[in-house]
Amino acid sequence: MSISYSIIADKLTKTFGDFTAVDAISLEVKSGEIFGFLGANGAGKTTAMRMFTGLSLPTSGKAFVAGFDVYTETENIKKSIGYMSQKFSLYQDLTVKENITFYGGIYGVYGAAMKTAMDEMLVKLGMAAEKTTLVSELPLGWKQKLSFSLAILHKPGIVFLDEPTGGVDPVTRRQFWTMIYEAAESGITVFVTTHYMDEAEYCNRVAIMVDGKIEAMGSPSELKLQHAANSMDDMFYRLARKASRNDM
Amino acid sequence: MISAQHISKSYGKKGEIKALQDVSFEVAPGTLFGLIGPDGAGKTTLFRILTTLLLPDAGEARVLGYDVKTQLPEIRSRVGYMPGRFSLYQDLSVEENLSFYATLFNTTIEKNYHLIKPIYQQIEPFKTRRAGALSGGMKQKLALCCALIHKPGVLFLDEPTTGVDVVSRKEFWDMLADLKKEGITILVSTPYMDEAALCDHIALLHEGKILSIAPPHQIAHSIKTVVWEVKVKKIYTAIQLLDGFAGVSSVYPFGESLHITLDDDRKDAGFVEAWLTRAGLTEVSIQAIEPGIEDAFLMMMTDTHKKSQS
Repeated sequence: MSISYSIIADKLTKTFGDFTAVDAISLEVKSGEIFGFLGANGAGKTTAMRMFTGLSLPTSGKAFVAGFDVYTETENIKKSIGYMSQKFSLYQDLTVKENITFYGGIYGVYGAAMKTAMDEMLVKLGMAAEKTTLVSELPLGWKQKLSFSLAILHKPGIVFLDEPTGGVDPVTRRQFWTMIYEAAESGITVFVTTHYMDEAEYCNRVAIMVDGKIEAMGSPSELKLQHAANSMDDMFYRLARKASRNDM
Repeated sequence: MISAQHISKSYGKKGEIKALQDVSFEVAPGTLFGLIGPDGAGKTTLFRILTTLLLPDAGEARVLGYDVKTQLPEIRSRVGYMPGRFSLYQDLSVEENLSFYATLFNTTIEKNYHLIKPIYQQIEPFKTRRAGALSGGMKQKLALCCALIHKPGVLFLDEPTTGVDVVSRKEFWDMLADLKKEGITILVSTPYMDEAALCDHIALLHEGKILSIAPPHQIAHSIKTVVWEVKVKKIYTAIQLLDGFAGVSSVYPFGESLHITLDDDRKDAGFVEAWLTRAGLTEVSIQAIEPGIEDAFLMMMTDTHKKSQS
């Protein structure tokens, strides 16, 4: 069996006027891989992710997500991916049940299939008693688990996670990563952007972006070894410190 | 400098949300004290009580010797507070924000410029820019300058590094070390365990209760249980195999490996290695490790959870 790739990018570039936000990045993410995309503020992570999710057209280079071209097949890409951001994923004024129904509706899950999906999700999350609770009243850790479950409700090939686990306690964070491992085990590719290095340590492979370019790529242990760093934090700091385009 | 005795605070109509429960601690002059805890642990409530913005339901607290319930003006004029949400006026420029805060405290930028100089110089090139147009790292530096401009005796920093990238975080902690040298007492809160090591003393706060107070290296050493690091190719399969397996009491993923503890503190983890290997997993290795602060937090959290259930 040949290895299949969920994301392939070849010299992908995005410029805004004379500013090159993403500068000829190339990467391949295998199916079922947990891939971390790291960078300081302003390194170009968000711009790159917007291209991968079909929200922004590249200036040059090539990229395929779930086999679809990021220039011409953006609608197919949007149907094949899930997306979660800690800040924006859930509707705070809707209940847990309403959020689930809403997301199901967007991705075409209705009727009996919806009912089954809803019951399964509530049991799995241990939130059956909270189904009529407003999302705004849930603890942060529950919101994160719910938004992740919603992002993979339609069984996408790839899920994009935008800084998913900031601020929660160590036990909840580990429950969340166990859910991510489970999704990856079932074949879903996980693409995580973050600047929290403790999240990076959980990825199979990571790419580190500095000034729009990929400065390093590999498994956390390989990268630590290569750069003689004790931790990802340490190694990231060394690379990111060199950035000319710093946080201004 | 700061002394809190049996502080409690509840919210809600019937007081059903217990934000703080019997919290006591002391912060010695000139020390950097860290409150470490996740979202919802009660960190912000504690800050608001100590800076006289909120009254406790029970308990006593003093800041610089003044009572937080009766001596509000004395405390307010002598402490610096950087709340979690930025306290800056978005429509004012960098310089205008700073002189506004100086005026509020009846002082001038010039008078205490030496204190903020190393920080302010980094943002001075942008002094005419509106605060709303600054990046996260720059806002954070400006907010720190504003909290320092009246040379406070105690500095309260509520999650100053949340949402800030690694480079800015590191710079920020370097600044705190410099301020400590100036003799300023600092109480700082953070959800990041790795920042705990940079404090003189830390209190681990969880669900409104203090789990432990000690210098950071002692917190990890206070753990009596042996922590084992399991390295294995398939982490998720290993979690499933070990969770609930006889003899294993806890299983937590730690990046590329797992940390586990054993029942009755068994001295040998060979049975775990044998079990994983027999189940078909490869590249299995197990060794006892020095527990870190995060291991300590995990264990204390599970202990309190068990106690509250029994």
